[in-house]
Amino acid sequence: MSAPTFSWMIGGPQGSGINLGAEILARVMSRLGYYVFGNIEYHSNIKGKHSYYRLRAADRPVHSHIEEVHLLTALDEETLIGDLYHEFPGHRGHVEQVAPGGGILLEPDRVEGVRRRLDGRDVHLYVIPYGEAVHQALSLAGKGGQAHEYRIMNNTAAIGASAALLGVPFDPLAEVILSGFHGKARRVGETNVHCARFAYEYAQKEFKDLRFKLPPKPRRARDDKQIMLKGTQAVAIAKLKAGCGLQTYYPISPATDESVYLEGQQSQYNLVVLQTEDEVSAIDAAVMAAHGGVRASTSTSGPGFALMPEGLGFSAITEAPGPVVVNYQRGGPSTGLPTRHEQGDLRFALHAGQGDIPRIVIAPGDLSECFYDTFDSFNYADRYQVPVILLLDKHLAAMYATVPRFDTSGLKIDRGELFDPAQRDGRYYRYRFTESGISPRALPGQAGGIFWTTTDEHDQVGHITEGIGNRLTMMRKRMGKLELVEKEIPDEKKFALYGSPQAPIRVVSWGSTKGAILDALGRLDPEGKRYAFLQIRFLQPFPAKQLQALLRGAQKIVCLESNYSAQLAGVLREKTDIRADHKVLKYDGQPFSEDEVVAALEATEAGAGEEVLVSEGKVVSAATYGPEQVDKLVELKEKSGKMAPPMVPLPPGYNR
Amino acid sequence: MATTTAPQLTAKTYKSEVHNDWCPGCGDFGIVIALQMALAKLQITPHNVAVVSGIGCSGKTPHYMGTYGFHTLHGRVLPSVTGLKLANHRLTVIGVGGDGDGYGIGVGHFVSGGRRNLDFTYLVFNNDVYALTKGQASPTIEKGKKTKSMADSSIVEAINPVALALASGYTFIARGYALEVKYLANLIAQAIQHRGSALVDIFQTCPTYNDLHSKSWYEGKDSGQPRLYKLDESDYDPVVHDPNDRAEVAQKKAQALLKSEEPSGRLPLGVFYQLEVPTYEDCLREKGVLGHEPQARLGAVFQRDIQPLLDRLA
Ligand SMILES: Cc1ncc(C[n+]2csc(CCOP(=O)(O)OP(=O)(O)O)c2C)c(N)n1
Repeated sequence: MSAPTFSWMIGGPQGSGINLGAEILARVMSRLGYYVFGNIEYHSNIKGKHSYYRLRAADRPVHSHIEEVHLLTALDEETLIGDLYHEFPGHRGHVEQVAPGGGILLEPDRVEGVRRRLDGRDVHLYVIPYGEAVHQALSLAGKGGQAHEYRIMNNTAAIGASAALLGVPFDPLAEVILSGFHGKARRVGETNVHCARFAYEYAQKEFKDLRFKLPPKPRRARDDKQIMLKGTQAVAIAKLKAGCGLQTYYPISPATDESVYLEGQQSQYNLVVLQTEDEVSAIDAAVMAAHGGVRASTSTSGPGFALMPEGLGFSAITEAPGPVVVNYQRGGPSTGLPTRHEQGDLRFALHAGQGDIPRIVIAPGDLSECFYDTFDSFNYADRYQVPVILLLDKHLAAMYATVPRFDTSGLKIDRGELFDPAQRDGRYYRYRFTESGISPRALPGQAGGIFWTTTDEHDQVGHITEGIGNRLTMMRKRMGKLELVEKEIPDEKKFALYGSPQAPIRVVSWGSTKGAILDALGRLDPEGKRYAFLQIRFLQPFPAKQLQALLRGAQKIVCLESNYSAQLAGVLREKTDIRADHKVLKYDGQPFSEDEVVAALEATEAGAGEEVLVSEGKVVSAATYGPEQVDKLVELKEKSGKMAPPMVPLPPGYNR
Repeated sequence: MATTTAPQLTAKTYKSEVHNDWCPGCGDFGIVIALQMALAKLQITPHNVAVVSGIGCSGKTPHYMGTYGFHTLHGRVLPSVTGLKLANHRLTVIGVGGDGDGYGIGVGHFVSGGRRNLDFTYLVFNNDVYALTKGQASPTIEKGKKTKSMADSSIVEAINPVALALASGYTFIARGYALEVKYLANLIAQAIQHRGSALVDIFQTCPTYNDLHSKSWYEGKDSGQPRLYKLDESDYDPVVHDPNDRAEVAQKKAQALLKSEEPSGRLPLGVFYQLEVPTYEDCLREKGVLGHEPQARLGAVFQRDIQPLLDRLA
């Protein structure tokens, strides 16, 4: 039987390569014709802490994860039963998530603990000594006996065994594994293929009864146009396409991957990537590069964005064409949850900086929008000479999914109004008052274009003045550009309505919640008659009038977002005077699953209060759920007896 | 065929028409004039020059220059210089700012700016006070000292800019005096000509707030002996002749450090240290990242083909 939607999970200590393994399997699933959605959860740690990667495959597009797991692949004990070696354990492992009829791939010495926890439930235990497959593969390479050192290859064995259980043919798996190894590394790739094959064959021989299979599909209609990537890659590639000339950054999770990707492309694409000493420098350098004539950008996360407000003001008052600032939100406040998801910076992005700052704030909701919105942002920056903030988050940064290949045919570069020495009438004023509020900009180095600029209030030339008439005019000039944005940028870039405009219940949200909402509504209301989903992409300027019209006549409005204080609901109320009937919130550090959205919406229909909190797949009580979970885990730990903390293997060849 | 020679650029060419609002007698006037003289000496076309400042009295400098002028944020001279220079490496970029700006709030950028060895010139107007905020202690005020503008004497050690620059990797380190304009102009010209990160720390008199280090103090009116003297009038050789000779580099750094801490209390002017090594731009060029044309003029970046990147994701 093939499940309409299939869910696989691999868990293991950080540094054990679960992401590599999972992404290999994801690409195999995609090659078999499935739509795939993957996401990873990991700690702020290099080696040892529990991380896990979920994959979901279906024969229709999927945009979120589900709670159930059909095949759980464990590289360590913690994945199965939790981190019970802590004074206050943080999680209970994933055994309970495995669906009836599902299976668990695990090593022999874990079986007993898992049996106890399963308590007779219908779950198959597939016991496999990964080390054996590693050993056999290494023997072929003349390195037999070093299997313990090469435990890093256990994940390859796990992928091989998973593929066999799912009925996936071996060849595409071998191809995808090998595609990651080039040149001299090819031999390592081959050893990995052998390792996967031993595990594959072992599983084929020993394991029979997994109910969930992934047979190759007839080719997807749009098969050749699908790609698989992450949000950081979508943004990075869009920046390249947009002609970005300088990317600045200071390392921070979960933003760094984007800059590292770009660093790898520097010489190919004539892009300078500057690693600065801090985020203050990152944004200020980008502002000046924009003035200097290149398209400039910087990417960061909350703690870095917290150092950037002065740069936003700098850009705004000097009317720099940019930069494009990407904030991959993570759990706050402060250092918060460095590698976890949250949408807690909406208010901050809207208001960061002293005084009134014209800025554009855009929140893409999926990987395609990450690409197109990033591309457009550079046009907006040049055209309106304002900073543009892209609000992404950990979920978008790290999700790995199939999306239609980006269509670049309609993308046009708009550099805005530039100073043209040939058409100069009289003296050039960088901040000349114009009807639109936009003054043509010269580029340093241009003859006849000499200008001054200052972060003090200034006159049309760019010199400091505190004159009242000038101040009034300049404030309107700068802030008025937002009205132009409202007029000129088409609505389809600012928001989208999914479902019937007459649907009685309107779900309103922003950013990465889009995927889980679309999947949930597809399940709750396949016809799209009862629910409509209103996705807001432009948070500043806020499309208030259009949203008012779209929300008129709703029986019920539900705002859904990943933060504590219902920030979007607040903005909606402020700008439109519309009050959400329900605020569905999640702030446990993880993105919404499809099931959580379903559960929350069902609760709102069943008479839940104004605020609905979800966590761990269900609607929970805000007051009691947290403390209860803390107590339960301590209890579980006391019942389970002593558990050894994870042992992190030393890298191969490490001199002990 | 008649040949015409381009008109000589004079110091005046680099002057703007803006009314200057520095206090009468401010040392800053001398620095601006010296900068204009240096640019005239090098005959650099004004539209190829950008003067980038922080915030403070010194921060107003760009407005008084007839070049591209950027009056940025307090402490952010070097991030700003860096961004602009990477956008257009053909520009002559000159950073200017106060000692509070550069050695206080911007000190992290000061260190990192030196490490990169990007090709810029940085002039620090060193007056021992935060002038624009009315004379509080700056990072260069000596421990135990109190200007008339300070409420109480300082109880923290002063920063030694030459030592800090040496440690940070500046490849040209010099000190000038705002009231010896010609000499300063010459130092600034050398700094501009130097390929790499060049610091000119400039003793700047602040007649309004700093009554300790006044013109007559620098001239040694109180002690009978001028406090300032010139390194180039002795046999001091600041230049590292073989950049690959680590012993020579160390020795030249050591002598510069000793000069910056002279126990006699006399204060040397001139070039302390100079080393010719590849700049940040050179390194980017070597990697094939930066071309001959400035980034800002590369039309090709707008024709980038991303299909190969998408192919890899298919
Ligand atoms: C972030 C920030 N903090 C404080 C100030 C206030 N402020 C303006 S000028 C200045 C100090 C200027 O001293 P210095 O850099 O030595 O320059 P000078 O005025 O002496 O030339 C300060 C602290 C500011 N503008 N920005």
